[in-house]
Amino acid sequence: MLTGLFDIPVLGLILQLLDFLLNVVTVNGPVILSLATPLALGAMCGVISERSGVVNIGIEGMMLASAFSAWLVASVAAQAFPAEPGFFFGVTPALLIGLAAALATGVAFSLVHAWLSISIRADQIISGTIINIVAFGVTAYLDLLLSRTSQPSGGKFVAFAPPQALLDLPVIGWLFRMVLAQGPITMAAIVIAVVFQVLLFRSRWGLRTRAVGEHPKAAETVGIDVIRLRYRNVLAGGLLAGLAGAWFTIDFGTTFQTGMTNGRGFIALAAMIFGRWHPIGAFGAALLFAASGALGTAIRTTPPPGQLGEILISIPEQVFSALPYLVTIAVLAGVVGRSVAPAADGQPYEREATH
Amino acid sequence: MTSSPSPTISAPALEMRGITKRYPGVIANDRIDLTVRPGEIHALLGENGAGKSTLMNILYGLTRPDEGEILLDGEPITIKGPSDAIARGISMVHQHFMLVPVLNVADNILLGAETMANRVFLDRDEARRRIRELGQRFGFDIDPDETVGRLSVGWQQRVEILKALYREARILVLDEPTAVLTPQETKEIFAVLRRLAAEGHSIIFISHKLSEVLEIADRITVIRRGRVVGERLPADTNEEDLAELMVGREVQLVADRGESHPADVLLSVESLAVGDDRGREVVHGISFEVRAGEIFGIAGVAGNGQDELVEAITGLRRPAAGRVRLGADDVTMADPRQAHEHGISFVPADRHRFGMVTSFSLADNLVLTDYYAPPYARRGVRDDAAIAARAEEAIREFDIRTPSATVTAGTLSGGNQQKMVVAREFDRDLRLLVLDQPTRGLDVGSVEFIHRQTVRKRDAGTAVLLVSAELDEVLELSDRIGVMYRGKMVAILDGPTASREHVGLLMATGGHETPEGAPQGAAAPEPRRTGA
Repeated sequence: MLTGLFDIPVLGLILQLLDFLLNVVTVNGPVILSLATPLALGAMCGVISERSGVVNIGIEGMMLASAFSAWLVASVAAQAFPAEPGFFFGVTPALLIGLAAALATGVAFSLVHAWLSISIRADQIISGTIINIVAFGVTAYLDLLLSRTSQPSGGKFVAFAPPQALLDLPVIGWLFRMVLAQGPITMAAIVIAVVFQVLLFRSRWGLRTRAVGEHPKAAETVGIDVIRLRYRNVLAGGLLAGLAGAWFTIDFGTTFQTGMTNGRGFIALAAMIFGRWHPIGAFGAALLFAASGALGTAIRTTPPPGQLGEILISIPEQVFSALPYLVTIAVLAGVVGRSVAPAADGQPYEREATH
Repeated sequence: MTSSPSPTISAPALEMRGITKRYPGVIANDRIDLTVRPGEIHALLGENGAGKSTLMNILYGLTRPDEGEILLDGEPITIKGPSDAIARGISMVHQHFMLVPVLNVADNILLGAETMANRVFLDRDEARRRIRELGQRFGFDIDPDETVGRLSVGWQQRVEILKALYREARILVLDEPTAVLTPQETKEIFAVLRRLAAEGHSIIFISHKLSEVLEIADRITVIRRGRVVGERLPADTNEEDLAELMVGREVQLVADRGESHPADVLLSVESLAVGDDRGREVVHGISFEVRAGEIFGIAGVAGNGQDELVEAITGLRRPAAGRVRLGADDVTMADPRQAHEHGISFVPADRHRFGMVTSFSLADNLVLTDYYAPPYARRGVRDDAAIAARAEEAIREFDIRTPSATVTAGTLSGGNQQKMVVAREFDRDLRLLVLDQPTRGLDVGSVEFIHRQTVRKRDAGTAVLLVSAELDEVLELSDRIGVMYRGKMVAILDGPTASREHVGLLMATGGHETPEGAPQGAAAPEPRRTGA
């Protein structure tokens, strides 16, 4: 019905582009949401930590280390406890053990970060950088040792299969497919985003977290233990990063590759800023970044017909690969308006009266 | 009207006995006794560093005493932290407000004493209701949903008091509560405090302002160098007596400024407009003149454009429009060094950020403005001997108390740091002296010294521009007074004849009949400053 308008010069081209974009989003919805999962979880790791005043740029390293341990532990456990995949999400004992290992790894790394930045009051950027370097080096080395022998796998979670009738619904069917035909980690990320958002703005913990991130001294004077709250939040962030790591090796894929997080921890930070330190906002930003990645792929694999397709194909492939990063730069440069960090973000807190 | 319980017969609500606190090298509190009765406003008077804050930090659980005991209603108690103090009905309003600017009034009050709907979620509706109720009971209507950062300083203080009341505080400690208020706001807060006392709350009022203490207190305890040196009833004492107790010697409270002999116009500011950091115009076409040999004081509530005006004159900020002339020279677009070389000296309000480099030595700080030129440097190489000699001279002349000239400036006390800045800026060949809050946070002795030096400079023919949020300082020193309100000079008055009430009213209203809507207040929200 609209296709007649596509012949109008320029405007028609824009309409074609919008049509193509809409098509990419509806067709690739489930993939986009799945790809957005580690970004969203990583961004929320940043939100929970920075809302309490601790900058965490070690998310990349935390995710990478967790991805490695999830894969390694799940592989070993799969040989120790072989089992048929369960009905829900293809759960096996090995996968659950691998997931637990990923969460533990995330918490362990965040404990190092918490200790360095809260107790030792070290520079938080340096602490995060150390984590990134250590995680990359150690996982790459161990991976090298292991790959000499074999390439084991612990299997992976499988996506939920919603009733076909639901997916065939007109107009909104694709939305159900996008949200429901997902693995457990993606579904968890959606639930976490909503719950986190509500808690941050309506619960006692949320109020205290925001106060500590803005003005820790004020919080201390009304009897809040700033140090303990920051520890708890950074460790909770470690859980989220661990979950994001598990997504790489036991949900989306089944094996580990050196440096496989490939900068997603940093894009997660951009999503956090773009989302203005709101959990839901961070999730939305992660979706946008994932969608821009999917667009690049779609243009290469299924370019639109006609003039638009010719134009898009004439653009070098690398431009589309770089799209998520270009969007990130645009976001960080403040193209979407200023986003203000918590006032005490990155400042170590020292109890004054101890002098 | 209900009469407050007579302070002389009721049993003490709070007793602190023999409180001692030692820090390496100093005894901050030396066997201090303090007794506060129910319904009493008890002033704790002392200079900066006398030990008032340490004592109150002990009461509030921020510091542990080495010796001594605290009794509440006759029962000995230990206070392990602020939450302990709050649980026992002791609350503190800190000098630097402990409010989170981006949160609203209700959330700030709730924080740490949350009213819960269930185990997880806050009951904000109930909180709002209680806040409104409390506000009405003590005579101020407050909107619980207003963002705190948008409130004027006076209203932020009310939020702090509400915070204490919300926690059902019986003993309320106020640390220098009037330091940031206009005279009108001070009056309003005093009314609130009297009402609180009438309802049986005990108030500990910390201050070094003698007139206020005499006005508000039922009883006054004076502390000097960590010891209680006297207890007085306001009826039996006066400012001179209290000042002598506080400082330990006779003090000249009002600078003897003598006659001024103004000569030619030296500084002339014409239709000057200046923007703030965000580019909003905050000084709107101000014009005034300062003559050689006179002190021109600018009164105003902090945040009415004074900082920007001063920065424009001293070259720290480019004016958006208008002119600044110094004698025959146009210095409108001068940078700070050019301004300095034209003979403009500047004592900034925030000495740590703009007046000194805390990690440099005292000697280096004394040549911060001249280090590049002879005699302190020759052909680009510094002359350490000349710099050391200069430091010795300044230490002697300006009575800077320091072990040596090589100590790091940051280790000096506030009064000595300011003397260092004053030495650098005053002791040179200058034409215009710009002083921005030159005595903020200083003890009476240092204030006296700096005021005397300022008058001496004036008498030597220097033009002095004095900006201060302390109205008393402006009134005491100025030969003429300009009042700034919302970026405009709303009046220029003769100094010696200006009345405190008149200037105070101009500061609060800009000359309009009634103060404008309180929550917007005169003060623009301060740029975010944490901790402090």
